[in-house]
Amino acid sequence: MTLTAYIEGIGLLGPGLTDWPSSQAILGGQQPYQPIKTLLPPPALLPAAERRRSGAIVKLTLATGLQAVTQAGLDAASLPSVFTSSGGDGENCHALCEMLASQDRQISPTRFHNSVHNTASGYWSIATGAMSTSSVLAAFDASFGAGLLEALIQVVVDHTRTLLLACDTAYPEPLYSARPIPDAFAMALVLAPERSAQAMAQISVSLVEAESDRLIDAALEALRKAIPAARGLPLLCAMALRQDGRVVLDYLDSTRLAVTVTPC
Amino acid sequence: MDPLWLSHFTATSSIGRGLDQTLDALHQHRSGLAPCAFDTVDLATFVGEVAGVDAVQLPAQLADFDCRNNRLALLGLTQDRFSEAVRAASAKYGAQRIGVFLGTSTSGILQTELAYRRRNPVTGALPADFMYASTHNTFSVADFTRRYFGLTGPAAVVSSACSSSAKVFASARRMMAAGLIDAALVGGVDSLCLTTLYGFNSLGLMSEHPCRPFDAQRNGISIGEAAAFALLERTPEQSDDAAVLLLGIGESSDAYHMSSPHPDGLGARMAMQDALKVAGLQATDIDYINLHGTATPTNDAVEGRAVAALFGPHTPCSSTKGATGHTLGAAGAVEAVICALALQNGLLPGGLNTQQLDPTLEVDYLLNNREQPLTRVLSNSFGFGGTNCSLIFGRRAQP
Repeated sequence: MTLTAYIEGIGLLGPGLTDWPSSQAILGGQQPYQPIKTLLPPPALLPAAERRRSGAIVKLTLATGLQAVTQAGLDAASLPSVFTSSGGDGENCHALCEMLASQDRQISPTRFHNSVHNTASGYWSIATGAMSTSSVLAAFDASFGAGLLEALIQVVVDHTRTLLLACDTAYPEPLYSARPIPDAFAMALVLAPERSAQAMAQISVSLVEAESDRLIDAALEALRKAIPAARGLPLLCAMALRQDGRVVLDYLDSTRLAVTVTPC
Repeated sequence: MDPLWLSHFTATSSIGRGLDQTLDALHQHRSGLAPCAFDTVDLATFVGEVAGVDAVQLPAQLADFDCRNNRLALLGLTQDRFSEAVRAASAKYGAQRIGVFLGTSTSGILQTELAYRRRNPVTGALPADFMYASTHNTFSVADFTRRYFGLTGPAAVVSSACSSSAKVFASARRMMAAGLIDAALVGGVDSLCLTTLYGFNSLGLMSEHPCRPFDAQRNGISIGEAAAFALLERTPEQSDDAAVLLLGIGESSDAYHMSSPHPDGLGARMAMQDALKVAGLQATDIDYINLHGTATPTNDAVEGRAVAALFGPHTPCSSTKGATGHTLGAAGAVEAVICALALQNGLLPGGLNTQQLDPTLEVDYLLNNREQPLTRVLSNSFGFGGTNCSLIFGRRAQP
């Protein structure tokens, strides 16, 4: 069973990676990769009250999602979406658990509503006015694969464009020791059911039992392994080469996603 | 959409373990809400706590998954011969052809809350026995469930607050329609923890009384916990009259506010309309609506207006949260099972605790049980972040 879709836009933000256009040469191996802490742009699109309340995961996903939608030349309000993240906002979780373990358990309402796993999806819909469905998934280290599959079945079964947003943010100590996610990383893909003028590549995805691809560059490979959302990087590396390719992405245990990439 | 068959289903909440106890509680108008005595919580509120969760023992090889949420999951999975049904489906279709899509909002965060009380006073480190991945992480309950049954198909947790375990039906439906799987284990598990109790308290959304949905004096939710599951399969050519089918799903986003619904109920209305459209039905085809009905002033006002706008004042409806409490990430699945029981038993469950109906909400809110044959019912689940999902279930046989 193969699921086919067309990539119309890419968003990318992570350590040493600021967007897709400027990252292509790095991911294609023509420029060295230099990991520098992820810079999160302010969420300009949000109303002032929401902007004040938004944490790293909101800034990260808004920036990355808008990159992808802008490149695809689409109105974000028109798109359904799939958000996938290994476990949500670690900073916020730490602050809540610290407070709940103290004598004063009066946690802040903003902290609480930011604790839901669909925080990024909620702020995205507020910022863009998108009222269609948003699926919000978590699958630990399999989160990228789970999100890609969910987005593809939306495209194929519902015959609609959709926006995939895979994102993770850094975990502070003491959670970091239990879940060592070192920095923020997000990758967004606009996926379409049919080839259009803005289509960049066709991808065909199937479930396989095979080893997942590793990246040649040691620092990029370290990034792929450290942050679940970055498990999608081999797909972007294949896209950066602008030639036919096939990559195997991490998913569950021994089940992986084989992705055939054909540039348009 | 092609209707899907709920070949097996089960629910465990504060009103009972499994279907018989749940149905009996609905018939008897029995609420599971009681003054909160959970852990060290010092809030004046009522909760729907499931008895005996801490006595549940996980299999030794899955000991790393031990936490309240997964104990509750196992308690739920082992009622009504549900686990036997999953194993039979695995034998029939193959372990790789069954998906696992579970909703949760809390996951096992209680485990982390407890670990934070035992941090090293010098280094601040969490205790060595704390296992984040298999307990607190949002995926934990789906990972536990697939390992418990040895299922290897696609799996994910859907975590969109209080719509989570309604939206799992949508993921499963698409996976089956795409041909990736032949059956899906869907459901929801949410368990009591300090984050949700103190969190809803901080928002001023928790009642000091057992929650009173659609009451003129309603003043907030009562939190509950639950585990509810269904096995979804393609509708067979032949099935008995009692077969319950998933007929429609509608999903939307409010795009309005993180913790308040759209004032005109626009997102809620879109979800209900879409579910009707997908099912090829009219509003008049729906015999009963299981409301989201959390008993917060805003939710019920907005939902009441949306239901009235779409269905008019004559479609019987009620919220069962006065019985179970608001089971948050498990609510969609619990109420899907209640809808299935309603269809099979011709029971429209009256809402509990409500004394005086809010006269501004022009819907036919049931305060007493009504018994009559039902053909199609709709269930609403809405959540923080403005996420909405409506499900329509129906009986195979049209009376």
